[in-house]
Amino acid sequence: MSKKLLSAPYLFWSVMFILIPLGMVFYYGFTDKTGAFTLDNIIAITTAEHSKALWEALKLSFISTLICFLLAYPLALILSSRNVKQNSFLILIFILPMWMNFLLRTLAWQTLLEKTGVINSILKFLNLPTLNIINKPEAIVLGMVYNFLPFMVLPLYNVLVKIDKNVINAARDLGANSVQTFFKIIFPLSLPGVFSGITMVFVPALTTFVISNILGGSKILLIGNVIEQEFTQTGNWHLGSGLSIVLMVFIIINMVISALTDKDGEAQGL
Amino acid sequence: MKKLTALLLCGITAVSLLTGCGSDSNAGVNGEVYVYNWGEYIDPETLDMFEEETGIKVIYDEFDINENMYPKVEAGAVAYDVVCPSDYMIQKMIDNGLLQELNFDNMPNAKANIGAQYYEQAAAFDPGNKYCVPYCWGTVGILYNKTMVTEPVTSWSILWDEKYDDNILMQDSVRDAFMVALKAKGYSMNTMDKSQLEEVTNDLIAQKPLVQAYVLDQVRDKMIGGEAALGVIYSGEAIYTQRDNADLEYVIPEEGTNVWIDGWVVPKNAPNKENAEKFIDFMCRGDIALMNFEYITYSTPNTAAQALIEDEDIKNSKIAFPDLSQYENLETYRYLGEEGDELYNSLWKKVKG
Repeated sequence: MSKKLLSAPYLFWSVMFILIPLGMVFYYGFTDKTGAFTLDNIIAITTAEHSKALWEALKLSFISTLICFLLAYPLALILSSRNVKQNSFLILIFILPMWMNFLLRTLAWQTLLEKTGVINSILKFLNLPTLNIINKPEAIVLGMVYNFLPFMVLPLYNVLVKIDKNVINAARDLGANSVQTFFKIIFPLSLPGVFSGITMVFVPALTTFVISNILGGSKILLIGNVIEQEFTQTGNWHLGSGLSIVLMVFIIINMVISALTDKDGEAQGL
Repeated sequence: MKKLTALLLCGITAVSLLTGCGSDSNAGVNGEVYVYNWGEYIDPETLDMFEEETGIKVIYDEFDINENMYPKVEAGAVAYDVVCPSDYMIQKMIDNGLLQELNFDNMPNAKANIGAQYYEQAAAFDPGNKYCVPYCWGTVGILYNKTMVTEPVTSWSILWDEKYDDNILMQDSVRDAFMVALKAKGYSMNTMDKSQLEEVTNDLIAQKPLVQAYVLDQVRDKMIGGEAALGVIYSGEAIYTQRDNADLEYVIPEEGTNVWIDGWVVPKNAPNKENAEKFIDFMCRGDIALMNFEYITYSTPNTAAQALIEDEDIKNSKIAFPDLSQYENLETYRYLGEEGDELYNSLWKKVKG
């Protein structure tokens, strides 16, 4: 009884802020302006503009997730091999930027990357060729990687630090070199963290509209931008909800994959 | 850097506004007024003065584009007392029954100080002048940097010139973007002609590779910082940018443009209508309108304020008070109905996608 009572706040929270809003999204997604049932809002994803926006979003978030992974794995390895004192300091440095608002950090990148921005002023001063990526897909990928990298590092670090050192020592004892140890022992044991990290980067990257707006100069329309505009500007909640449901399918696919590979819930302790 | 400091300043002013309200013992004794206005479209000091003089607490929100404001007022999640949309949006709100009629007997300043020609102009979207008190007006034109554009700028077509690749800033708003393309072709910016609209949609798509970014308020900072050579901008912003960067020049292209009016209106669900009218009337007072004019540099329709302007440069500014008789194809946006909204929005999505 007392245990049930303890879960009451969480239940209240998930009903109010997850289940009811989700139900509303589904209601709007499957109805038209008159309230009649329709699939038009779902099928709308097949129009040229919408499918292009979805494809762009999938492409950019895939690239960002890959870059995040390639950057985060070595870092997590280094972090996990150090002693705890040094670790907490390094992790603190790593998380420090997250103390500042996400929007401000992204705006700061705009100021850094602009044609007459900070980076280009320095490059010009040094007579080096200037960097011209603002308002291009490259800038959006940079913004995604910068903002979501910690979400890849932390789950990876969590699983790597928990790997029993005796397992690694045993592998070395039995004659495996360091490359073999990594691929046969360390990497397979870290897979739950890998998938957890991929989900935590891929999902927000796929749905973002702020990064593409600020760093893409509104020239590149991602599916998140389309949905945002349907709600805030065009005022067509039905279409916005329908497209959100389509987007949810991709997110659920991603989460099913990572749930299947993380049966023990090892990487959940973030 | 400028942008960051601007942001910080915004934050500080927001906080100081809040504390200002808190420390003022007078504010709030006579209720509240919920105001929804464009961003950076008022001198914050006038709000303090209003609170002090009337004892009405101002709760102030901002929007950056008409299209963002409408769904919020329509949904009614926050019931605003005073909103400041543009012409076509006011017409849309009237058509859809979102506004209530104003009682001009409660607003002597609005009656006396706003020039008759502005009420006349406003009658185009507010027949009989029942719903709206004009707050600002202006034009849309091209702001260019004289160090980067040496040829004379006379036509919208310069925004399609490949010389200025990656140096053009367009407005990220459906009606303004289409206005530019339609006017460049000599069409009406209120057209519902499908073949004309498809033609200019293709023009806008062809222009896209040359466009550096689609922006709203940022066009101001970007032009001041020398980020781009040409930008589509509202006339009021042009004077502001020239104060910071003397290389900038504003022109109204010869094909004509949009002459717009933003006005105060009161939504139907406004909980404090009396306070709303007090607020509107206060904003129409000559000295207050002058303060706002000097702060935001958008042309004021307030004749009492115009008479009080001391700065000769501003008084004779062709940007603030242009002689519009030389242009033939000036228009004001009209609300094109739900059908028009859908058509324009779907074409705009094609351009942006």
